[in-house]
Amino acid sequence: MREHSGIYPRGLWPAFALPGVVWLILLFLVPFYAVIGVAFGGVDPIFMIPMPAWNPLEWNFDSMIQTLRGFLPGGDYWAVFIRTTVYVGLALSICLLVGYPVAYYISRHTRRTKSVLLALLVLPFWVSYLMRMLAWVNLFAPSGYVNEFLAWSHIMPDPPDWLNGNPISVILALVYGYIPYLILPLLAALDRIDKSLLEAARDLGANPFSAFLHVTLPLSMTGILGASVIIALPMFGDYYTPNIISGSPTTSMLGNQIDLYFHGGPQPSIGASLTMILALFLAVLMTYYMYSVAKATREVRDE
Amino acid sequence: MSEAALTTRPVRRPQRTFARRATDWIANPWGKPRFLVLLTWVYVISSIAPVVIAIQFSFNDGRSLTAWQGFAGARWYWGDPVNSVWHDPALQHALFQSLKLAGLDMLIATPLGVMLALGLARWRGRAASASNFLMLFPLVTPEIVMGVSLSLAFLNVFTFIEPSTTAQVLGHVTFSLSYVVVIVRGRLFSIGRQYEEAAADLGATPWETLRLVLLPLLMPAIFSSLMIVFAISIDDFVISQWLSCGADCDTIPIRIYSATRAAPLPSINALASIMVYFTLVAIGISYLVYRFMTRGERPAGGAGKSMVGSMGAFDV
Repeated sequence: MREHSGIYPRGLWPAFALPGVVWLILLFLVPFYAVIGVAFGGVDPIFMIPMPAWNPLEWNFDSMIQTLRGFLPGGDYWAVFIRTTVYVGLALSICLLVGYPVAYYISRHTRRTKSVLLALLVLPFWVSYLMRMLAWVNLFAPSGYVNEFLAWSHIMPDPPDWLNGNPISVILALVYGYIPYLILPLLAALDRIDKSLLEAARDLGANPFSAFLHVTLPLSMTGILGASVIIALPMFGDYYTPNIISGSPTTSMLGNQIDLYFHGGPQPSIGASLTMILALFLAVLMTYYMYSVAKATREVRDE
Repeated sequence: MSEAALTTRPVRRPQRTFARRATDWIANPWGKPRFLVLLTWVYVISSIAPVVIAIQFSFNDGRSLTAWQGFAGARWYWGDPVNSVWHDPALQHALFQSLKLAGLDMLIATPLGVMLALGLARWRGRAASASNFLMLFPLVTPEIVMGVSLSLAFLNVFTFIEPSTTAQVLGHVTFSLSYVVVIVRGRLFSIGRQYEEAAADLGATPWETLRLVLLPLLMPAIFSSLMIVFAISIDDFVISQWLSCGADCDTIPIRIYSATRAAPLPSINALASIMVYFTLVAIGISYLVYRFMTRGERPAGGAGKSMVGSMGAFDV
């Protein structure tokens, strides 16, 4: 790494970065502190609006303790928390089971088919998430094509109601919604694997299967973890998918609970505590991901 | 008679029929990665089919979204005098609100992000590392956390900004900024510094180097940033909803969201389809422009790679 202070005046780059950094401090860090302030603040007894506590010495831990107690077995959020984890876990597993082979197949293509497949793969990215959910709802409506097909083909002569508190539809909708965000980073990771390593493995007598198991899979592990984190984070906070697909309290997730406290009930401090707990819970995932990204960036920089 | 006998005589075909190929394909699961081919195509088709069907229903001749009643042309786009996108003020307003937010976001976030990317890539020191780390956070923060925190900030800290279009634009810029930084920084690393050094050696002032050398080289990245910011802003639901001021701030995704729980008409599909057309045209243009701008740079056979590179933006 050489120094290049010669070309540009000293202080030019910090000056360039300044507006963006100030923006992020004002509209990303300060808002996050507002959540903390509200979570540890009180509620105005007359107007029922939150009174945030900015000074850590004035923090009031009541609503946070109350919220945390809700996460214990038997508490208010225990069931929702378990349900969210199970839904996200299942959706993530299905995404990986479908997404990995697809990404693998496309990354191994060298012909023109690859560009076509890539374009088709990127297409859902450009269709709004809500539009795709709307399409899904129309298909799975009681008189929709899916039920008509199931009845017509006698696979399920009496098809179920997919759109009313059916956990299977919620999980499948999550898969349908998030899988493109998993495949593309995975594809990028698989694409980066040096093909000559595979050839070396074959030369040394590995069959295709063991070459995959001992070369490709370990080399793509970082990609798998990164892509999983990328879709798991928004899935944990998702509230619109379960609302659109099911709308029933029996399938509500953590995000729905937060949404409810802010848009329904006058308990913003509990909503803020829930948001904080969700953020802290996800912080572990985020930190891991940021660490690996920062590492990768440093490698690029030092090259 | 004789002609019929001639034509029905079994003839050995030089090419295998589709059915024959299919049975062979099933009979021999080895050789080509048949399972992968099948899975990939099933995935690709099932990821696109629902959207195609939804677009089909935007042309439905009836009020149903689930039963096809014939092709009605542009009835739900502008034909119907009450419920079409063009004549329903709420839908029309949502369309313009979405375009307005995406346009403003694009115009604010891109310059801000380009400058931030340049600054962060070359500024050294502790404050620089901290800023670099801060920049990555919006990419990995779940939208609901960002939505809650921004709405609480506007309610309690920046009380002079009420939930409004302004608040929505501020929110959109906050989450799109990092995407611009990631895209531009990638380009910055790939072009290196030789060009700028050469310009400086030949006597260009710092300002000339920036304007005449670096900026043109960054143009493709700036252009794809514009497009991606537009696309993610038009797609955004959560931030727009949390900073919404009510019906006046409704965007297309918010409309779709509230319509799916009510009894939607095909006009909502028409509205959603319009958005798809917009993005597809934008992508088509950006792809062509990007190819034009980077002609001669790309190694043969790498078509689409840059697209994936910038789409998998999380991947750095």
